[in-house]
Amino acid sequence: MSAPMPQDIPQKSIIARRLMLGLPLLGLGLAGGGFALMLRQMRNGRFDPHALPSQLIGRAVPDFTLPGLAGGPMTGNQLQHPAGPMLVNFFASWCVPCLEEASTMAALAKTGLPIWGIAYKDNPADTRRFLAQNGNPYARIALDQPGRVAIDWGLYGVPETYLIDAQGIVRWRYAGPLTSAVVAGELQPLLAKAGA
Amino acid sequence: MIPELGHYALALGCVVAAAQGLLSLWGAQRGDARLIGAAPALALSQALAVTLSFLALVWCGVVSDFSVMNVAEYSSATTPLLYRITGTWGNHEGSILLWCLILSLCGGVVAGFGERLPSSFRARVLGVLGLVSSGFLLFTLTLSDPFQRIWPPPMDGQGVNPLLQDPGLAFHPPILYCGYVGFSVAFAFAVASLLEGTVDAAWGRWVRPWTLAAWCFLTAGIALGSWWSYYVLGWGGYWFWDPVENASLLPWLTGTALLHSAIVVEKREALKIWSLLLAIMTFSLSLCGTFMVRSGLLNSVHAFANDPARGVFILALLGLVIGASLLLFAVRAPLLQPAGLFAPLSREGGLVLNNILLCSIMAVVLVGTMYPPFVQLIFGQQISVGPPFFESTAIPLAAPLIAAMGLGPALSWKRAALGPALLRLWWAAVAALVLVALIFPSHGLRAALGLGGAVWLLLAAAADIGNRAGWRPGRLLHLPRAAYGAALGHAGLGVTIAGIAGMTLALHSISLVQPGQTIRLGGFDWTLDGLQDQPGPDYAARVATLTVRDAGNGALVATLHPARRSFPLQQQTTTEVAIRTNGLRDLYVAMGDERDGGVVLRIHVNPLAPWIWFGALIMAAGGALSLSDRRWRVGAPQRLRQKGRARPAAVPAE
Repeated sequence: MSAPMPQDIPQKSIIARRLMLGLPLLGLGLAGGGFALMLRQMRNGRFDPHALPSQLIGRAVPDFTLPGLAGGPMTGNQLQHPAGPMLVNFFASWCVPCLEEASTMAALAKTGLPIWGIAYKDNPADTRRFLAQNGNPYARIALDQPGRVAIDWGLYGVPETYLIDAQGIVRWRYAGPLTSAVVAGELQPLLAKAGA
Repeated sequence: MIPELGHYALALGCVVAAAQGLLSLWGAQRGDARLIGAAPALALSQALAVTLSFLALVWCGVVSDFSVMNVAEYSSATTPLLYRITGTWGNHEGSILLWCLILSLCGGVVAGFGERLPSSFRARVLGVLGLVSSGFLLFTLTLSDPFQRIWPPPMDGQGVNPLLQDPGLAFHPPILYCGYVGFSVAFAFAVASLLEGTVDAAWGRWVRPWTLAAWCFLTAGIALGSWWSYYVLGWGGYWFWDPVENASLLPWLTGTALLHSAIVVEKREALKIWSLLLAIMTFSLSLCGTFMVRSGLLNSVHAFANDPARGVFILALLGLVIGASLLLFAVRAPLLQPAGLFAPLSREGGLVLNNILLCSIMAVVLVGTMYPPFVQLIFGQQISVGPPFFESTAIPLAAPLIAAMGLGPALSWKRAALGPALLRLWWAAVAALVLVALIFPSHGLRAALGLGGAVWLLLAAAADIGNRAGWRPGRLLHLPRAAYGAALGHAGLGVTIAGIAGMTLALHSISLVQPGQTIRLGGFDWTLDGLQDQPGPDYAARVATLTVRDAGNGALVATLHPARRSFPLQQQTTTEVAIRTNGLRDLYVAMGDERDGGVVLRIHVNPLAPWIWFGALIMAAGGALSLSDRRWRVGAPQRLRQKGRARPAAVPAE
């Protein structure tokens, strides 16, 4: 390869310019290395971009105080010392999947499992209309209008459901609408264990 | 037999592509006239072989040959003919073959129509294209063979993905791929000139039409994809900042920058190194857009076919193609003759500003897209970067871009003064500012700025044409088509921005509606009349009937039929959104689940929504108009053009 060597560029500045124009190559190397690492970890299952892990599993519910839709405030302390296994469900009147899981929630409530609801970024009038239209499976309902508590919980979106065992430890988290299949396949075995 | 012939043609194509790559580059380096002369013939043979291979796969789909795994998995006996054909590229293997087909056709087109290029330069361009092509054909042959047979063949296939059973999405991949892959030509031009060690005005002239053609396809492809997500996904939005969407936006942004910087190379012989880098980056981002998404690294609603083994091959191939070109760039670009200087306030100065802003937006989108996987890799934390990030970072960059877009064409080359340019455009600026002031109090900042920007772009484009014609109607016909093309391109963006601004004012409601119940939204009364079952060719549909009346005078506005289709074979349900548009607003209804005798309806009133895609269409049309002009202007020697036309017809006959 014989590149034409321009006379008016000093050798030193060519090296400097080469180093500068080599920066995109460096960027590519870093990105490529990162991707290669991701692919390797994907193969042995350590890296899954599609999983939605929850930091709360195996821990107590974080501290919070939220105004209730009716009655007194809901606090983290109450959930850290529950009467028995229970569910906490984040929902909103503006979310379509929340409508879809309403029948599953109603069926779960009938079994006697206490479900506490937290309305996420929703105004109270809309929440009331939503519950009047679709039935109210919740034993208690709190309002998280600014959505700050949801951040502490690591909420991915609504609806999202957490199982808290009798000791107040979060055992399970499900992002998305609960279906009877999920209840039978994932929730019931855990409930049986938590109850035992 | 046909699948084996297709497979053989694919292997032949791969070998010919490798020969095209190695012999052409070797020949051009050695100055061997025979090897240089053979390059176009090799490129055309490769295009022919890959075309035959692709046609063989289409044939397998058309005759429903379920012994071919690809057909058995993605087609069925009840699939309509159109989707048996388009289903060819509705899956991983077939879409990669389509990608290779377009790449080999690009080589064929350069071979056939590139007669004006110096022959050794053309050999280098074809050599680069051949090497890239052979890599991806090798990938297809080894890890993503679309012709793989299964034995015993099943009685019926598993059916095409219902989401893909839609005319919009059926033609989305070919158009988008033409855009992605079209940039390979600009890339090959850049690498070829780095190999030769010279970039001059002619380089800018050669690379512009190819870039423009690819840009037109990419613009149309992105618009089609966005339109599809609007009327098929039924979420009421048109752009979700999903990694797949971002992946198509990134090369569009750098491609648009290249389109403008190549003008500076042609007219002023400046920005040479920068344009080379843009050409390499644009194709690199296109490659990443097609293949990174398919490796499953990026979490996306669109992701299909995740296979880490394929991912490793693709990553290595991308690393090789992009790495080698960037290495060549780092070594050779500093040796190019330094660029001529120009005043910051000039047409070329404006184009530099355009490049800076476009590339800043690109950087922001790139960071937002890549941040989640890298954070997860390094810190093990799952985060998602959503629309708020992209909107709050891209809009402040887009605003000055729009302001400069109107002003740029009014500046003169070399050295301009702001005064005369503003003198030509003051009325457009005043009109835009008045509009902003009128809309802002009632509708908010985003709508006001967006609509003001749209009006500014439209009026500035009109002023550009008017000024060029000296405000004499008689001269309008004599303006070059490229002038109209550029003005249309800018005006088209204005129309799109008006649509986006209109969508910020969209109203929506989600509710469980009983038959006979009426909902009031956006000055309309929406009444659910009833729900019926309707059979389809390979699905069963549940159709709702809604009548929409004007809430004021009760006049009937529209009858809408949103539906849900369930496909028993694939066990999937799709949403058929009902949209009624009058050009100024869309009435939009998507149907959700049925419960307690009622149905969940998502109702939107979307002002100016159709303008988003109409504007993109205008942009692409502007590009095409400009392209039709350039052929006349640049292809000046008439004889050569005719010879170029006769050539591709003669070679496949051999």
